[in-house]
Amino acid sequence: MNFDPQQIQDILVIVITAATPLLIAAIGEVVAERAGVLNLGLEGMMIVGAATGFAGAYLANSTLVGVLCGILAGCAMAAIFAFLTLGLATNQVAAGLAMTIFGRGVANLIGAGFVGLKRQAAPHLYIPGLSDLPLIGKLIFGQDYFVYFAVLLTAAASYWLTRTRSGLTLRAVGENHTSGHSLGVPVRAIRLMAVLFGGGCAGLAGSYLSLAYTPFWSPDMTAGRGWIALALVVFASWRPWRALGGALLFGGVAVLALAFQGLGVPIPAQLLNSLPYLTTIAVLVFLSVRDRRGAIAPASLGVAFIPDR
Amino acid sequence: MRIDLEARAQRSTLREILAPVGAMIVAIIIGGIVVSLMGISPIAAGNVYFIEPLSQSYSLQAIAVKATPLVLIAVGLTFCYRANLWNIGAEGQFIAGGALGGWLGLLTNGGAMQDTLGGWWILPAMLIMGALGGVLYGLIPALLRIKLNVSEILTSLMLVYVAQLGLDWLVRGPWKDPAGHNLPVSVNFDPEATLPILFDGGSLHLGVLLAPIVVIIAAIVFSKTLFGFQVRLVGSSPRAARFGGFNDSTIAIAAFAISGGLAGLAGVIEVSGKIGQLIPSISPGYGFSAIIVAFLGRLHPVGALIAGLVLALTFVGGEDAQIALHLPGDMTLAFQGVLLICVLAADVLARYRLKFSMGAAA
Amino acid sequence: MRKLISAAALAAASLAIGGGAQAADKVKACWVYTGPVGDFGYSYQHDQGRLAAAKALGDKVDATTFLENVADSDSERAIEQLARTGCNIVFTTSFGFMDPTLKVAKKFPKVFFEHATGYKRAPNVSTYSAKFYEGRYVMGQIAGKMTKSNTIGYIVSFPIPEVISGINAFERGMQTTNPAAKIKIVWVNTWFDPGKEADAAKALLAQGADILTQHTDSAAPLQEAEKAGKFGFGQSSDMTKFAPKAQLTANTDSWGGYYTARIQAVIDGKWKSEDTWDGIGKGMVVLPPFANMPDDVKAMATKTTADIASGALHPFACPVLDQDGKDRCKPGAKTLEDGDILGMNWYVKGIDDKVPQ
Repeated sequence: MNFDPQQIQDILVIVITAATPLLIAAIGEVVAERAGVLNLGLEGMMIVGAATGFAGAYLANSTLVGVLCGILAGCAMAAIFAFLTLGLATNQVAAGLAMTIFGRGVANLIGAGFVGLKRQAAPHLYIPGLSDLPLIGKLIFGQDYFVYFAVLLTAAASYWLTRTRSGLTLRAVGENHTSGHSLGVPVRAIRLMAVLFGGGCAGLAGSYLSLAYTPFWSPDMTAGRGWIALALVVFASWRPWRALGGALLFGGVAVLALAFQGLGVPIPAQLLNSLPYLTTIAVLVFLSVRDRRGAIAPASLGVAFIPDR
Repeated sequence: MRIDLEARAQRSTLREILAPVGAMIVAIIIGGIVVSLMGISPIAAGNVYFIEPLSQSYSLQAIAVKATPLVLIAVGLTFCYRANLWNIGAEGQFIAGGALGGWLGLLTNGGAMQDTLGGWWILPAMLIMGALGGVLYGLIPALLRIKLNVSEILTSLMLVYVAQLGLDWLVRGPWKDPAGHNLPVSVNFDPEATLPILFDGGSLHLGVLLAPIVVIIAAIVFSKTLFGFQVRLVGSSPRAARFGGFNDSTIAIAAFAISGGLAGLAGVIEVSGKIGQLIPSISPGYGFSAIIVAFLGRLHPVGALIAGLVLALTFVGGEDAQIALHLPGDMTLAFQGVLLICVLAADVLARYRLKFSMGAAA
Repeated sequence: MRKLISAAALAAASLAIGGGAQAADKVKACWVYTGPVGDFGYSYQHDQGRLAAAKALGDKVDATTFLENVADSDSERAIEQLARTGCNIVFTTSFGFMDPTLKVAKKFPKVFFEHATGYKRAPNVSTYSAKFYEGRYVMGQIAGKMTKSNTIGYIVSFPIPEVISGINAFERGMQTTNPAAKIKIVWVNTWFDPGKEADAAKALLAQGADILTQHTDSAAPLQEAEKAGKFGFGQSSDMTKFAPKAQLTANTDSWGGYYTARIQAVIDGKWKSEDTWDGIGKGMVVLPPFANMPDDVKAMATKTTADIASGALHPFACPVLDQDGKDRCKPGAKTLEDGDILGMNWYVKGIDDKVPQ
């Protein structure tokens, strides 16, 4: 096989587009989990975002409107989730799963009227001169706007969580909500904001799929990406920049599986397709072994908080 | 504006049992509103979804057959969830059990072994192998959790995909029926390897009887044995459990073994009772639906039985609704999601009162 | 209760029609789909067939009932449900429904069943499928003429005979117009996953393919081709509106004629268990108008299509050499045996890949 540099760039572009929805959803979930809330409803929120995003974009003939619809839909789902887990302090695992099941059904119902319709794909950046550079032109200067936004989101989240007071407060809430509460920190309000942010990101990631990745709606089009995003968060040790690396890795493995076939590598496709999941488990084990204290997750993750009067 | 939960002065068992019923009613009302917005009479929909399936023998049988894997898995999950062990991978354990048990069916196919040893032992052995497969697969997240404190939620979930891909590879590769035109199915199991149908012309197979037996045993273990007490204590009061000298690790292993084993048993029952061969996909999401069942049943074995039947009813009724009213199949999914949401809410409201007050949110 | 209601409805209907004259019971035809009707691919086409039959037969049939997204392991119950609720003929449209269909058919000897893409029959079970490979041959010829890079990307789902015979027919067609061209095959292990299909398409385009063809169901690969300014072939349904500048033609399944004929046979009381395997000639495989190609290629494709339809040309006319150079035809035969095509698990000479395990 000839190592044509142009080919390599093309493959990398594919990897980046595959990684983008994973990254966006993961960043949202990182913030939510850092605040102590485990949102297993990510898949449901993503697919609702995909359906609503496409519907909105089609009806208003505007990608931007579609994106906003997707984000709002994700936030709406997150609001229900927040009411259950923060307002009623129900079990977060069950509530998350309920949102996923509910989301899948609702999304397919919303999308049913839009099957077989297509839109223009979301616009790509184009800077004359820069975007035409060989090798790196398309890679760095020719992506669609979601990609750049995802990177900005990562940077913003990382900065916010580590350098700002509100970010550190959120992390404190995730580590120990009881102490936070006794210090007068509004635990549930912070978690509410975090969950809404997470839902909005999930909705945005979903709308990316139906507006840019394959610009049409089809039932169940998220195909489990929400679950991969959840794995990605742990893989990244709840750190945004690591999530970016992990998203590229996960996206890359999937694309690699496809590319390998062209090269005639005789590894069964199912084995290649299972690599993201096996890798996640391996990384989880590795991180636990390395940090024997075991406390790498936010300590209050998944624990319901009921403020005493 | 803030919402506060205030514990109710008296815990009422009646209220706690009625809570899921209330949730069901609310969910049905919501469903009725949506359906009427779609231009279909909610009464007709309610009739087709809930009443009709209960009025005919064959659909009652279909409900029982559909409920069997749900109940078996959910009973197992009850043990895990009560101990605060979030086994999300029951789907994977189901597949592992179905595969391992089904493998025995493939090995003994063709009657060679039956000639020398007789065929009576095959089915029980398959059921045991199936349970064993589930146990082994369920122990992976358990051990990772105990030894390395790795989140069992993620490991069990990731393993679901691994199991699905593994079975897919097996059925398309080494286990493919050589006489099957290169199509991805295994040979059909011999009659000795298939759970017999109970009534001629019906669809109830022997595996259906196992569910209530398991429920009874589980209920006894759950409420009357020391182990059951340990499981419940570890979940509600981990510190008290430790003071009592109960070993976290042993309980975790046991809980996952039970949960995995029951899921695996459900898998092999499905494969040998309903499907009769191995195919790439042996579960339409039972492992995940069972999670709803477990919560709907308020994490109690008997509750799981009732909840499993209710959920199976919605599946069968949903199909009827597609046929009779041309309601989209996705409505069933959405309804199940709404039902779970209502149940979770009702569960809390049975024990706490909601207080709204103006003031800083906590 | 249900019987009461349908009896009442029937009575009302017959009163409305003939003022008391004995009206024939409407035949109720039902369908079971493996995927969503909204896949705009395989299941969608079956549903289009259903709608066509409903239109053609009007009042004589009730063709409004179908179940979608039915998993293989659930299908027995679904099919039985349909049989019980008064369906006279049930079309089970996926291979995975084969044994469940037979099981239910045994219980309901008075109901007729039609199983698509299977091979087991019974007195009340027919099988039917389309000679998808015929369309592929034409597409291969077109691809051979249209490619400039001599690399064709082929996105496929699973290595079952139907898919492999498609690849082989495509290759043979391509060899007649461009012996130097090669196909690159990528298995995505799913019938329908737009994201994955898009990725596979992009990967193939990156590796130099300038024509894409697929045996998966979404319009994603074709869209990728159009984005890249290249061409491709649609699958199952006419995907022109997704990629008007890229679609050369498509390998569409057209079941409407078959469904109409079979339901009519039930109406006439003439239904028999059969095996139907038709292609372009009988209208089961339809190639939408050739587009985005020069007139001479169009003319060639049109002629080939006509020749296949009339039987003058067979994509697997002897000799049919496999990758080892062995002729798979029986001695003295003119074409490869149907059975060999239906069970095909080997590639023809000219394809460099190995068939996956």
